[in-house]
Amino acid sequence: MIAIKKMEDRIGIKFSELRERKQAALICYMVAGFPDLKTSASIIETLVNAGADMIEIGIPFSDPIADGPIIQEASHHALTHGVRPQQCISLARATRRIFPDIPLIFMTYSNILYRAGFESFMSKARDSGIDGFILPDMSIEESEEYTRISHELGLASIFIVSPNTEDNRVRRIMKVSTGFLYAVSVYGVTGVRNMLYDRSIKRIVELRKNSTSCLPIAVGFGVQKLDHVSMMVAAGADAIIMGSALINIIKTLEHNPNMLKDLYDFVRRMKNACRYQ
Amino acid sequence: MPKDRHSEGRFGKYGGSYIPETLVPPIQELERAYAKCRKDPLFKSQLCYYLNEYAGRPTPLYYAKNLTEYAGGARIYLKREDLLHGGAHKINNTLGQGLLAKRMGKKRIIAETGAGQHGVATSIACAALNLNAEVYMGLKDIQRQSQNVLRMQLLGAKVHEVSSGSQTLKDAINEALRDWISNVEDTYYLIGSAVGPHPYPTIVRDFQSVIGNEIKNQAKEKFGRLPDAVVACVGGGSNAIGSFYPLLNKREVSLYGVEAGGKGLSTLKHSASLNAGTVGVLHGMRSYLLQDRFGQVLDTHSISAGLDYPGVGPEHAYLKDTRRAKYVSCTDRDAINAFMALCKYEGIIPALESSHALAYALKLAKKLGRNRNLVVTLSGRGDKDVNILLERNEFSRYEMKSK
Repeated sequence: MIAIKKMEDRIGIKFSELRERKQAALICYMVAGFPDLKTSASIIETLVNAGADMIEIGIPFSDPIADGPIIQEASHHALTHGVRPQQCISLARATRRIFPDIPLIFMTYSNILYRAGFESFMSKARDSGIDGFILPDMSIEESEEYTRISHELGLASIFIVSPNTEDNRVRRIMKVSTGFLYAVSVYGVTGVRNMLYDRSIKRIVELRKNSTSCLPIAVGFGVQKLDHVSMMVAAGADAIIMGSALINIIKTLEHNPNMLKDLYDFVRRMKNACRYQ
Repeated sequence: MPKDRHSEGRFGKYGGSYIPETLVPPIQELERAYAKCRKDPLFKSQLCYYLNEYAGRPTPLYYAKNLTEYAGGARIYLKREDLLHGGAHKINNTLGQGLLAKRMGKKRIIAETGAGQHGVATSIACAALNLNAEVYMGLKDIQRQSQNVLRMQLLGAKVHEVSSGSQTLKDAINEALRDWISNVEDTYYLIGSAVGPHPYPTIVRDFQSVIGNEIKNQAKEKFGRLPDAVVACVGGGSNAIGSFYPLLNKREVSLYGVEAGGKGLSTLKHSASLNAGTVGVLHGMRSYLLQDRFGQVLDTHSISAGLDYPGVGPEHAYLKDTRRAKYVSCTDRDAINAFMALCKYEGIIPALESSHALAYALKLAKKLGRNRNLVVTLSGRGDKDVNILLERNEFSRYEMKSK
């Protein structure tokens, strides 16, 4: 048993540290159990050592409707190799032992929590050192129980806004979301894209400026290369989320001894682009 | 009409709208557009025109005299949705939603399909209404139902092969949702059953309620009162909810939904979400699901591809809990036997989906006894299933028997 530290706002602390250092946060997503649980632990270590400021651990789900082919395949692979939510919690706990301060976030789908019971699953996650959840199929209309329990447990409930989310609704979501706001910059599912546009992100940044909210804004979905990172940082994003691009490296080099080194170099380069000019 | 329990998109605790944020604006747009059309007499008359002149409504309520004698009990009436254009009840919904999409100014229509019946019905409606159809279909289903793929292509639809996950209907829905997320501005998602996020379960139910409304009127004409029981098969549950809904507040009518029991409920090789599932969230709705104890959705089995789905429409979940309808199941074997019986005694080849309803109806007729009237919704015709029976060697089995 490890002693559970009193709940602290690791996400909030991380953002204020980075603000002082004039940096945007780099949030790295990985799928627990891809390619296997042991490698997952080394991947997280590599990501953090290379400069990742927060880690999003994906709990694989059988029907990931918000994910593109890369994450779908990784999830499917993990599931067919028997990865269960409980093992994802164990992975979080092991990570927390090594990195006491790094924010850890679970990303999964509503049914995983619904099936286990929101309260039961979320308190287990919190006790393992998780700081918050992202549920891409959880709309604010359905979120009463989820946000209430998040609040009681001191967990962040991170909601998503999309380019087509109307201004009023963005403001409403900003009020409900805690930890940060997940802004999707394109129409579509997760995955690599050639072109990204910063217009929708500038709008979200502007909306926050004109509100009382100081919720950090993280940009995800389709961020794949240096130019994307620089563009979103310049647009005023407080954090950049990378997922499919990383999983693509892991997948391509799965059996190559250089996989972790390549991942390290890639993340290091991306983090370098997270400095505000 | 029963009181609408759907004020917030819920049927009791079921239904709702568990969707990615990108889908919230198009879902709200759909909700508003549908609310308008629902009240618009012009929309109603347009739909009525296409249903009557093009699809072939009303469909007969046929007294199956030979089958009644064979079953030995209540009089069995068949609601002949199999006679509709396209060969199934699906067209009631695709014409309705196709007209709705047109009203909304959407030209690109996407749909999912399992057996291919909804894909074909979507392709038909889109051709008739000058819309462009793209249909997602699992690789396994494409292989099992290659003829329907050809039909869709002939009708001008583009068929996308889905090779993710279990490569069946559930994954075709996932892929259609992903397409919609990527193309929200110009695309209409024409869902094929009474499932998915609000308002789809309501929209599909309303368009399919033409079945139940006709049953109500025709029953009075044929035997002077409402039927004692209505039986329909349930996969996602659109033909069943369409048959049941207009009769919900007629308590004297017993309602039976028949799920696919596959190789038996104890085998895990079935699709009986209401009989053997637990509550969960899939495809934007809260309902009964076949899932493991960790919340992963299970692969399902049924001889009939149209019932091969791990979820079920949320209104059925509500009707089960409130016990207004009773949900039972029939195995693959029961369904095949009923299929053969209908061919032999009535000269009608039923879809394997509908054969599940027939199988239970045969038992129920006996139980109810004479002087009772039972209606079975014959949701589709079975030409598409002949090859499946051939591959299973069912023909030789029945030839032997009849000698």
